[in-house]
Amino acid sequence: MSMLRYTTEHEWLRAEDDGGITVGISDYAQEQLGDIVFVELPEPGSRIEKGTNVVIIESVKTVGEVAMPFDGKVVAVNERLVDEPEIVNAEPFAGGWLVQLEADGDPGLDACMDEAAYAAFIADL
Amino acid sequence: MNDSVSAAIRTPLFELHVAHGARLVEFAGHAMPVQYPAGIIAEHQHTRERAGLFDVSHMGQFRLRTSDEALAALVPADIAKLAEYRQVYSVLTRADGGILDDVMITRLTEGFAIVVNAAFAADCRDHIVRELGGEAELSVGDDLALLALQGPRSAAVLETLCPPVAALRFMQAGRFTIDGADCLVSRSGYTGEDGFEISLPAGAACALAERLLASPDVAPIGLGARDSLRLEAGLCLSGTDIGPEVSPVEAGLGWLVARKYRGANAVRARFPGAARILQQFETAPARLRVGLRAEGRQPLRGGTELFTGDGDKVGKITSGTFGPTAGHPVAMAYVDRRLADPGTKLIARVRNRMLDAEVSALPFVPHRYKRN
Repeated sequence: MSMLRYTTEHEWLRAEDDGGITVGISDYAQEQLGDIVFVELPEPGSRIEKGTNVVIIESVKTVGEVAMPFDGKVVAVNERLVDEPEIVNAEPFAGGWLVQLEADGDPGLDACMDEAAYAAFIADL
Repeated sequence: MNDSVSAAIRTPLFELHVAHGARLVEFAGHAMPVQYPAGIIAEHQHTRERAGLFDVSHMGQFRLRTSDEALAALVPADIAKLAEYRQVYSVLTRADGGILDDVMITRLTEGFAIVVNAAFAADCRDHIVRELGGEAELSVGDDLALLALQGPRSAAVLETLCPPVAALRFMQAGRFTIDGADCLVSRSGYTGEDGFEISLPAGAACALAERLLASPDVAPIGLGARDSLRLEAGLCLSGTDIGPEVSPVEAGLGWLVARKYRGANAVRARFPGAARILQQFETAPARLRVGLRAEGRQPLRGGTELFTGDGDKVGKITSGTFGPTAGHPVAMAYVDRRLADPGTKLIARVRNRMLDAEVSALPFVPHRYKRN
């Protein structure tokens, strides 16, 4: 079973059985962004440093940046978002996944918030 | 609710916004709904398909008692030709030829009703008082609300409450009693659709708004959709697409200057900056406002720089978003006048990417005003 972990920037990360990490944004994040009209995805295979933008999500009103959670490589991107960016609003945890990454070292998921901690985090915002 | 929203001025419809699930933001010092649960795109489409209700009470509403001559010394419109209960779109110009604000002026039986942008209400009031001095009496309608009902179903909805509005045509106004409230209704708006703006006492606004919202055709619409609607309609946002640095001619608003001030038997124009503005009809300005469209779905936003294929910087976008009805990103920009013809291909630099854009005629979505 894969449990979700969350960052303070409202991204969820899920460890896959093959060692990859799937990344998306939370329901809170998609609601804050409003209607998403465009998702700028990275090139599969590209190497990205921790902290650099890996995905840019544009809604009608604003631009949301998703930062690379660790040093690593982009393994796969959700091609469906090219034609249906609104899926990120409708299914932020399912059809709206953004990218699959591979960490160079330890992805550090244990240091991220679990479900309960994230729920408490957004309750305070 | 964050600090800037809780400190902001509440319009008469604040509780209604909260009750309808609005996401509130601070805008021009007022707590305003940017969207409701439906979301910006759904609200936008609802307005074009049925009828949207907007709270625009944050805008400044003035009553001006003055002579036609005095008002003609403030704006380039032909005030003498403005009949009673007719409305005109115009601009308050500055001595340097720039635009202080765009305004809607309605001639009443006595004096004029003027609606100005929320962000510039104080500046406009000061400007009018300073320019006209003792020749005018200006009162600020602090006790008034302003509602806008826009979309193809708005006439049917409003006629149910007030049958005589059926006789209004675009840019005509009238005084009506609606559910016991004394309303000044004009057939105009900021969306390009047929619709009405209703000025009424603040105390009556909630009841009328709820009455309108009770119709299955009417949904509440926030400022987010208001912006995408007006952009698709090619309408300027004061302080963004027009402002002190922009003359009406550069903005493509030369048509606001009354014909009588131009040509062989021209009457002397006395509005601020008239000489400079009229001169621009002779020596065309270096830059012009244009519409801009892009393929794909990535919005071209205000501040984005524009280039030719050769890499020359030739303009800048003033506002832009994704146009749900147009089906593509829509924007307004100022570009070198030699590149202002529709169809001209330009490059927009968005972050580190160069996107293809094309000059487009305005409006992006045809207007559907009720003219006859």
